[in-house]
Amino acid sequence: MNLPGTGILKGLGVTLKHFIVTYTEDFKYIGKKAGVEPRPLRRSNPSNHGIVTVQYPDEHLPVPENFRYIPFLVRDSATGEDRCTSCGICAKVCPPQCIWIVRTEDPVTHRPVPAPKEFYIDTTVCMNCGFCAEFCPFDAIKMDHKYEITSEHNRSQELLFDKDRLTMPDTYHASIHPLDWARELQEKAAEEAKKKAAAEAKAAADARKAAASAASKPASATAGGAKPAPPAAGGAKSPAGQQSAPNVPSKPPAQPPPAAKPPAQQAPPPATSPQDPPKPSAGS
Amino acid sequence: MADVTTTPPLTPAARPARPERAEKKPVISMATLTPEMVAMQQHFGEPVIQPAPFEGVLITDTSKVPDVALFVRDELHLEMMTNVTCVDYIKEGYLEVVYHAQHITGGAPLCFKARVPRDERAVLPSITPYYPGAEFQEREIYDLYGVRFTNHPDLRRILLWEGFAGHPMRKDWHEAYYEQENKPYDSRWPAGHHKLAEERVPWGDNVQYPPGFDPTAYHGNPDEGLYNTMMSEAPTGGAADIPFSETGIRTDELIVNMGPQHPSTHGVLRMVVKLDGETITDLKLVLGYLHRNHEQIAERNTWLHNIPFTDRLDYLCGMANEMGYVIGVERLMKLQPTERAEYLRVIMAELTRIQSHFWSIGFLLNDLGAFYTPALYFITEREFILDVFDQVTGSRMMNNYMRFGGVARDILPEQLARIRLLVNERLPRAIDELERLLSDNEILRARTIGVGYMSAERNIAYSVTGPLLRASGVHYDIRRADPYSIYNRFNFDIPVLYGGDVFDRYRIRILEMRQSLRILEQALAQIDQTKPGDIQAGRKAYIHRAPAGEVYSRVETPKGELGFFLVSDGGQNAYRYHVRSSSFINLGAVKEMTVGQKVADAVIILGSLDIVLGEVDR
Repeated sequence: MNLPGTGILKGLGVTLKHFIVTYTEDFKYIGKKAGVEPRPLRRSNPSNHGIVTVQYPDEHLPVPENFRYIPFLVRDSATGEDRCTSCGICAKVCPPQCIWIVRTEDPVTHRPVPAPKEFYIDTTVCMNCGFCAEFCPFDAIKMDHKYEITSEHNRSQELLFDKDRLTMPDTYHASIHPLDWARELQEKAAEEAKKKAAAEAKAAADARKAAASAASKPASATAGGAKPAPPAAGGAKSPAGQQSAPNVPSKPPAQPPPAAKPPAQQAPPPATSPQDPPKPSAGS
Repeated sequence: MADVTTTPPLTPAARPARPERAEKKPVISMATLTPEMVAMQQHFGEPVIQPAPFEGVLITDTSKVPDVALFVRDELHLEMMTNVTCVDYIKEGYLEVVYHAQHITGGAPLCFKARVPRDERAVLPSITPYYPGAEFQEREIYDLYGVRFTNHPDLRRILLWEGFAGHPMRKDWHEAYYEQENKPYDSRWPAGHHKLAEERVPWGDNVQYPPGFDPTAYHGNPDEGLYNTMMSEAPTGGAADIPFSETGIRTDELIVNMGPQHPSTHGVLRMVVKLDGETITDLKLVLGYLHRNHEQIAERNTWLHNIPFTDRLDYLCGMANEMGYVIGVERLMKLQPTERAEYLRVIMAELTRIQSHFWSIGFLLNDLGAFYTPALYFITEREFILDVFDQVTGSRMMNNYMRFGGVARDILPEQLARIRLLVNERLPRAIDELERLLSDNEILRARTIGVGYMSAERNIAYSVTGPLLRASGVHYDIRRADPYSIYNRFNFDIPVLYGGDVFDRYRIRILEMRQSLRILEQALAQIDQTKPGDIQAGRKAYIHRAPAGEVYSRVETPKGELGFFLVSDGGQNAYRYHVRSSSFINLGAVKEMTVGQKVADAVIILGSLDIVLGEVDR
């Protein structure tokens, strides 16, 4: 055993070193302007030995791409359409069951239309697990980076996000999730290349068939002439259909009638919707 | 609001019955008998000990349960009763109490079961006299399932309050905002008009009272039962009865409530201590302030839904909990995760261990009165680990990273580089600094050496696991004793110390951090040999069906042994989901550690246990 008191002195040495290094670490950057990282980045760097605190409301630590907070819905800015098809997978995988979706129905046939009529996320219940974004097959729901949300008047109404509040353009998604966005573009390009190849192969096959049938036409004039027509029409149609909806590859080919969508968005808000202007008395 | 007021509140009776799934009979296989089970059969006779479905043996004569426990402990030498829990088989009409006993030298646990009817005949002899570690677990079963244990020293409710109506883990009990038996709820899609739970079940309709109980007329003391057990020898005849102590000063025993709102209790834990001067003569714990019936929530959830919920058990080490759960479900589903996923899991679990130990040492020092200087130094280091978690998993503490058969996201090279920087430079330096700062400190040594001593035998009897057990000289760590994941590939030691006191519990955590760094170094070197992006075995799915069966999977978390007892009936949801939480069971030993010590030492003994109330109360 050492002399009594040396253990304490050793410990005090550690605290003294901490005290000194708090200042010396910052001295390194005095006078340097160019090539110096912003302070929050500098301080959260593992090779920093000094102080690590960040003056929070004034400075923010950078948020990593994977960071997840309340989800948002992605709207394609090219087509102006929501990516969401209201398939309901997000509502099923949600552990606290905070996603509520009303599926659009065709007013005439009452068949479901692949677009949400209403979409709610009860953010007072949401546990930010990110399952909805992870399992969405259409990349239609993503996790946000804005972690500062509060309600001013009525918690149960203002923190219930409806479709308008949740929807964000895909440019926003691209700006906060660059890697994910790159993956999406890559997948989309691969998908289109595949489709193009399939269409070309089909066209080639059609051409061959047409040539074959043309060759055999003199033999069976009536039957052979009628047959090649439908495939040729289909082959011509598929590239067109591809261009009309390039971003929703898995959507059913029956596109929703354009007229069905705008009314769904302008549907009168339900009673509990936060679209209602907050009543002045609610705050008191 | 018209929509809300016109529809009646959805009571369980009014709810339209869910269309019955096609009745599929789960394939029930009988357990294969191990030599230990055969020995039991030979001793008690085959009619008493029969093979049970899926796992273990069934004791048909419930009065023989204590005899079997004694036989298991003394003849088969399964010294530790790891897990005692209960399953409600409502269709078959009985409750099944499941015991898992294990050798302290390692190996799979031995399982034995006993069945009791679901009515008032649900009575079973207690095994607490032989396995003191079963005391809290039997109280929990009594509380949540209503099985009464005869010969139990202190059979009161433990997580819920006295006067709670019903036993909430029974399958026919419904919570206040009950909506439907299993998730996903039908009301969310395709006609999911949002409705608050409070609108569905208005305030006032959501509480139940025991029959004949009027809350407005109640003026009693809910803790009467608790204090009565402690005040048994209290003077009744006034001042004349107060015993004179040796000094000739008139003294009286004093009951003090420490907590539930007190920084030293690390959360909402209440310690009721009986004091003689400054010496503690008796101690009772009051738990359940953070009880949310995690297990019942988990039985409503699908298998996948539970992963983020396990993060909230011991909220300081989310990934270790996830790993235990995911490994258990994988064993049910017979799924093997990919190589890279295994490495990522180990890296995350070991980083979790380091940051949790940093936290626990920091707050142990806080309890000792070193107000926040050491704690903040270590929180700083922990912060860098949490930054890595944030980048890789998307969240600092509620990680939700593991999946069945893999992990959620692959790690990027720059994130790996950051972990390497931490593991090779920053963290070893921080641990060295920690030792320089504290280990030789005379005040720390004077306050902790010899305090809260617990011998190895008593620790084993109380089913204490984790650093506490290893600090009293028992070489027991699940990573070695019953290896899981890929821990058998790494070269590391299980540190053991023999003091059994608070100082050794502090020191063992430092040694364990060093071993974790060793594992991390090897894992980080080996992960480069795996294929990037290969993080999920099979197809990624959101609906999982586990074949009918039972599994008890255990992992070594920073706090000790975390076990998941899972029963599947072949569906999308767990039929039974039980968490054997080390914090909860380690607390069972706190009375024996504390009685005879000073009241100030009770605080550091509790701090040395390193409990997290999210896991204790579940």
